[in-house]
Amino acid sequence: MSEHIGLRGRVWFEALTGNNQPMSGDPGTVLASNSQIGDEIALFLCVIPNPSSRFPCVRDGQVGLEEAFTLAHHLRRVIAEDHEKPRAQKRTVIAIVDVKSQAYGRREETAGIFFAAAASSDAYASARMAGHPVISLVAGQAFSGGFLTHGYQANRILSFDDSGIVIHAMHKEAAARITRRSVDELEELGHQIAPMSYDVHDYARLGLLYKLLHVDDPQNPPAADVEAIKHELIGAIQDARRGATDLSSRLQSDAAKQTRKAGIAVRAALEAQWQNA
Amino acid sequence: MSQTSIIPEFVSRKSFIELDGRKRAQSLFDEGTWKELVDPFERRESPWLPMQGIAPQFDDGCIVIKGRIGGMPAVAIALEGAFQGGSIGEISGAKMAAALDLATKDSVAGKRTAAILLLETGGVRLQEANLGLAAVAEVISSVLALRPHAPVITLIAGTVGCFGGMSLAAGVSSYVVMTREARLGLNGPEVIEQESGIDEFDSSDRALIWAIHGGEQRVGMGLADALVEDDVEKIKATIRKYVQADLLPEYRSQQVELYRDRIAALDTSAQIDPISLRREWNNTTTGGLR
Repeated sequence: MSEHIGLRGRVWFEALTGNNQPMSGDPGTVLASNSQIGDEIALFLCVIPNPSSRFPCVRDGQVGLEEAFTLAHHLRRVIAEDHEKPRAQKRTVIAIVDVKSQAYGRREETAGIFFAAAASSDAYASARMAGHPVISLVAGQAFSGGFLTHGYQANRILSFDDSGIVIHAMHKEAAARITRRSVDELEELGHQIAPMSYDVHDYARLGLLYKLLHVDDPQNPPAADVEAIKHELIGAIQDARRGATDLSSRLQSDAAKQTRKAGIAVRAALEAQWQNA
Repeated sequence: MSQTSIIPEFVSRKSFIELDGRKRAQSLFDEGTWKELVDPFERRESPWLPMQGIAPQFDDGCIVIKGRIGGMPAVAIALEGAFQGGSIGEISGAKMAAALDLATKDSVAGKRTAAILLLETGGVRLQEANLGLAAVAEVISSVLALRPHAPVITLIAGTVGCFGGMSLAAGVSSYVVMTREARLGLNGPEVIEQESGIDEFDSSDRALIWAIHGGEQRVGMGLADALVEDDVEKIKATIRKYVQADLLPEYRSQQVELYRDRIAALDTSAQIDPISLRREWNNTTTGGLR
């Protein structure tokens, strides 16, 4: 963990929206803002650390019960407000992702964090399927259940390309323990086996990303870089509006056809047998 | 007193839990109507496990069976808990998402095809890490695409339980059916103890684990719909009822304001007592058949 978790999320939320305070009624861990991007207003969402959260296990930037239902609340409102509008006018949603993980807590398990995460995933996917462009910008970490709850249902996923970016199912120490390897072995293996890698360039080889973006100083971006990223987001919004509302684009990139060819082949085999069964 | 009345019922009962994933899935269908798709003879195995010196399995631990349940078209997708903990990898995830997508295609075209997910899984297969996580995101999306057109029923029988990313797939299902022996949660007790310490969760405390994650509690607090006995015929009848159920205008994971308010009302100054929570949330507000 190279730097303060969640810092980048807050920096980019503020840079893109001009806001840095939670909406009234929201917990201190969720930033939401309807802000201008290009010639439209988009809903920006971000989960940030809050050292004084009443849930101890989310204080370092994890996604917990309040976070999941607050994200879902904002998304459901946008879906309802735009219900009658044609696809071209559905409001864009931009998830700024910098989440350490889901909350690992007993309070959370007791109150059904699995269901809270499901409700947020449902709201993101429902927005996408209703025709809203849903864009994720991975600005820092995107771990496991945290990413499933916040961002992984997007039409288009963009990510910065520096060493501060980690997109993964589990952090290194835990993954090493569970797969009975040392952290060094795990890192070495990642260079050979793309899905296990902690390097965002290897992640890009899986074909799940729309674009990798570079900024020199993502913790302190100059205005020109912020403008450049806005420009990229606008491009992604336009591309999402033209494309399918499911996740099929993740299987169609050249990288996906290479790295995920076994998965793509098994889908085709199943389809071929389906009608005659 | 006749002979039958002194033999307890459980003696003649056929256990569902003792069946493997394939047999479980088969047992749900009307006799003679089912067929397995992409079966083990096709050897669609994980390309990533052999690279790491781990033996793959010809079905990658995911069994897809299509047929009829109560006369209606249905597909059952089972994760085999005995292979790599029922974990989701590239192939098993792709089979699950593809079967759901094909059920959606048929349902939209007028041939309503329900899906039953038999989930015994610890979540993402860490040897295929990011492809497993991506597969979970796709499965969630595919469940949600089917749900407005046909019932998606998650059945958790035990004893592995349903944890990790796949618990979200359960969470977005139209209905969740559990036995007392089943568990459902995002993070298993060992993971919480590892990440947050033994004071947060003592993973050796069996009573605590069942009180929080067990089927009786999940149904009791309204996050699952039916508690069934470990009995093939009873489970089959319950699944049939949901396969034939009318579609609802709203499912549980869309009831955001209700649950947001419930979370806001929680006292977090101490750990939450599962029994009290069950009483407060009691199972009257969620959709579905009882």
